[in-house]
Amino acid sequence: MMHIIDRRLNPKGKSLSNRQRFLDRAKKQIKRAVDDALKNRKISNTDGGERIKIPTEGLHEPHFLGDMRKGNRDRVLPGNRDFMPGDKIKRPPPQGAGQGGREGAEDGEGEDSFQFTLTRDEFLDIFFEDMALPDFIKKSIKEEVIHEYQRAGYKKQGSPSNLNLKLTMRNSLARRLCLHRPRDEEIAELEDQITALRQKTPLSPKISQQLGVLLETLETKKRKRRVVPYIDPLDVRYSSFTQVEKPNTQAVMFCLMDVSGSMGEIHKELAKRFFMLLHLFLNRQYNKVDVVFIRHTHLASEVDEETFFHSRETGGTIVSTALEIMQQVIKDRYPPDDWNIYAAQASDGDNLNSDNAHCQQLLTEELLPKCQYFAYVEVWDSHEAEMFPDASNVTRLWQTYDEIRQTHENFAVKKVTRAEDIFPVLHDLFAKERKSEDV
Amino acid sequence: MTAPKRKPHPKDTAGEKSKAGLETNTPKLLYDGAEWDYATVDKTFQAIEKIALDEMGLDVYPTQIEVITSEQMLDAYSSIGMPLMYNHWSFGKSFLRDEASYRKGRSGLAYEIVINSNPCICYIMEENSMTMQTLVMAHAAFGHNHFFKNNHLFKQWTDANAILDYLQFAKNYIAKCEERHGKKEVEKILDSAHALRDQGVDRFTRRQKLDVAALRQLELDREEYERSQYSELWRTLPEFKPKDSQEIDQIEKDLAHKLGLPESNLLYFLEKHSPVLENWQREILRIVRSLAQYFYPQRQTKLMNEGCACFTHYHIMNRLYDLGQVSEGVMLEFIDFHTSVIAQPSFDSPNFSGINPYALGFAMMKDIERICLHPTEEDRDWFPDIAGNDTPIETLKMAWENFRDESFILQYLSPHLMREFRLFNLNDDTTKPHFIVDAIHNKSGYKTVRSALAAQYSVAHLDLDIQVTNVDLHGNRAMILTHNMANGMTLEEKQADLVLCHIQRLWGYDVTLNSVDPNTNRITKTYAE
Repeated sequence: MMHIIDRRLNPKGKSLSNRQRFLDRAKKQIKRAVDDALKNRKISNTDGGERIKIPTEGLHEPHFLGDMRKGNRDRVLPGNRDFMPGDKIKRPPPQGAGQGGREGAEDGEGEDSFQFTLTRDEFLDIFFEDMALPDFIKKSIKEEVIHEYQRAGYKKQGSPSNLNLKLTMRNSLARRLCLHRPRDEEIAELEDQITALRQKTPLSPKISQQLGVLLETLETKKRKRRVVPYIDPLDVRYSSFTQVEKPNTQAVMFCLMDVSGSMGEIHKELAKRFFMLLHLFLNRQYNKVDVVFIRHTHLASEVDEETFFHSRETGGTIVSTALEIMQQVIKDRYPPDDWNIYAAQASDGDNLNSDNAHCQQLLTEELLPKCQYFAYVEVWDSHEAEMFPDASNVTRLWQTYDEIRQTHENFAVKKVTRAEDIFPVLHDLFAKERKSEDV
Repeated sequence: MTAPKRKPHPKDTAGEKSKAGLETNTPKLLYDGAEWDYATVDKTFQAIEKIALDEMGLDVYPTQIEVITSEQMLDAYSSIGMPLMYNHWSFGKSFLRDEASYRKGRSGLAYEIVINSNPCICYIMEENSMTMQTLVMAHAAFGHNHFFKNNHLFKQWTDANAILDYLQFAKNYIAKCEERHGKKEVEKILDSAHALRDQGVDRFTRRQKLDVAALRQLELDREEYERSQYSELWRTLPEFKPKDSQEIDQIEKDLAHKLGLPESNLLYFLEKHSPVLENWQREILRIVRSLAQYFYPQRQTKLMNEGCACFTHYHIMNRLYDLGQVSEGVMLEFIDFHTSVIAQPSFDSPNFSGINPYALGFAMMKDIERICLHPTEEDRDWFPDIAGNDTPIETLKMAWENFRDESFILQYLSPHLMREFRLFNLNDDTTKPHFIVDAIHNKSGYKTVRSALAAQYSVAHLDLDIQVTNVDLHGNRAMILTHNMANGMTLEEKQADLVLCHIQRLWGYDVTLNSVDPNTNRITKTYAE
């Protein structure tokens, strides 16, 4: 007796809740692994999941085990070739390959690290974790691309609701004409003639012959009508639609950073998170987001991401040089009419005093009118923040920028000492955008 | 062990006749090509069933075949092969590990999973070719199924009718606990209980059958009893009166008797007597314990179970071929697969990972068949009761019913097979710099090799003997565990310490574990929490 059941259509992901429990359990290690992964990740690479490797401490499932290095035991093995009773075999070194080593691994679950892949959502969840993002933002960032249906010609198969009547009828008519399908009127006329003849009495042989011919013609025509149908499956056409990604204008994001000696690893780390988050936000809004990296000391240059974060320069600090380069790049490659321009600047607040005025001028006159949004974050590490808790104790650059902020809506300045300070900077921007969406 | 030989085959005499008619009878083929569909599977199942029941006289539970995808197979892996399971992070962990190694192509997936339940559930993968499906049905739906239904260990310790209901109960109960007490709390108890899974098995008393309705009633009764026993007066503690030592000794003895000490089922003991656990926590221990118990016979009969299933599928496939129901191409595919399953690498091969239960199991079954049909003089000496009795299937069925791996090897491993496998016994005394080859496959060695191999499959070898021996209920409530060492082997210290932490969580008070040498009764090593 037998039943056969197809389980293939059962809901998938039966072990999802176990996976979630595992991730919760390993949270500390995963968090560390993700933070490490962030360092090696490109800013624009936030789409895929992440393969991470975590140590198994705390994930171990202990149970009582015999100590294989102790005791006296027998082991029966297959494949004897030339051993005789009483033969002695030298014990292999404990760590080496061979019997002892393999057995140790087999019993002791010789795993000291554990590798697996996080999905994009899981990765982002952990990425967002200490940034204190509100849930709705998390959700909207993680949202998938919106698709739209677009007409894409006609096709021969489809659902009845997409039947294109006009084209179908045109095909039908053409075919009927070509194949000389007798029209309704022809048949009616013939039938009339036949009735008329039939009513004539008596039937002369001539009339009855005429009648015969007419009947035959009618028969032929009727048969032809059956053979050549009014609508043939060949005629039927359906409107075709394809899914296209919702068209979105493009955006470019400028990352500006002071790379002089005063910017330490911690500063850069915070700055990178800020850039990444901004990129995520922009990615949600625009299909295509270009990223331009500009670093500066007393000189500025456009560089690739690797150089941007990892190489060090020495020299003074002149912020306006970076702004000039940005202006140049906009002029050369990103005309404001075609591109939405966003800029994010990170610095520790140092600047040559005489340069501040130039910066202000550049920003207010050249850049801000072209930019959707310009965010400045001043990165302090926590020691500095403790040393100067007083709000009045601000850098020159901050003073300058703060003045600009008061007159420009699309300009934001923010001091950042910890990861959770980053989000509020972007908050204003998106609060504004939501408003405009509502309108 | 090499490819199965088709020469000395008992069925060939019967097969010749039908094969003569084969050429004219090709339309009788059950299927052709690799593709399968439900009608073919159904038809083939019936053909197999005819051979298994009418010719071999197997006795099986009704079968339920479930087709699943590889993803679902991975899911099933992570819940120890069961169709449903309560949630715990460790299952998520094993899923991730299996998935990773599968994705990398480091390990393949099983072709089937079979569950000891009534009806017997067999999972088969959609990717399998029709030949594989045929093989899998013969292997699982008849081989394993017969073994589950008839082997005395399974009959005695597991209840195939109730297991699915029980799993459902366990899953719901634990989900309910999570709701009421929080995931963290439930996880803690499960972690601790899982650490003691191997020590949560009754080895010597008969197991009661599981009945979900009665269980639920019992649980209610227990709660009700506690409620009725609650007395406001108990809140005031009685005064402490010092007792003389004799009196205390007597009380201790009574107590030990009442607690049923020594007790080797640690989970059972903790469930019944832990002073700190709440009712729901005890119920969770009981669930983990019941499932451990359910799997216990499988560990003791791995070799026989696989041997039985391999013998069955081999026999059935050959019969199908003899009857002209499968083609030569199918046989070729089958033999290729079968050979790789029952391959036994020798001890010095890089692929060696112990004795392959499929290989030895199958070889022993075929060897018994040979002894029954074509015994040599040696066989007649060693197995006077079965040699040449001409009823191989009956003999095998008797063995499948009444033995476990240990006793089966002790009873049936023949010198012929020891020579074929070239078995030898290696003595490993860790205090000496050398291994010693103790005995080999020769006249003076057969008995030693055979009993040494049997000992490897014994309960004493598979399971550590750890018991609760003392509980100081009048003093600091410390619990003393005793590990009776086998072969002078102490416990792995790091692991033991971790497990002791878990026991302490469940017991609530100090726990000490001693490794004791049973010969001298002296404590060799103490693992204190």
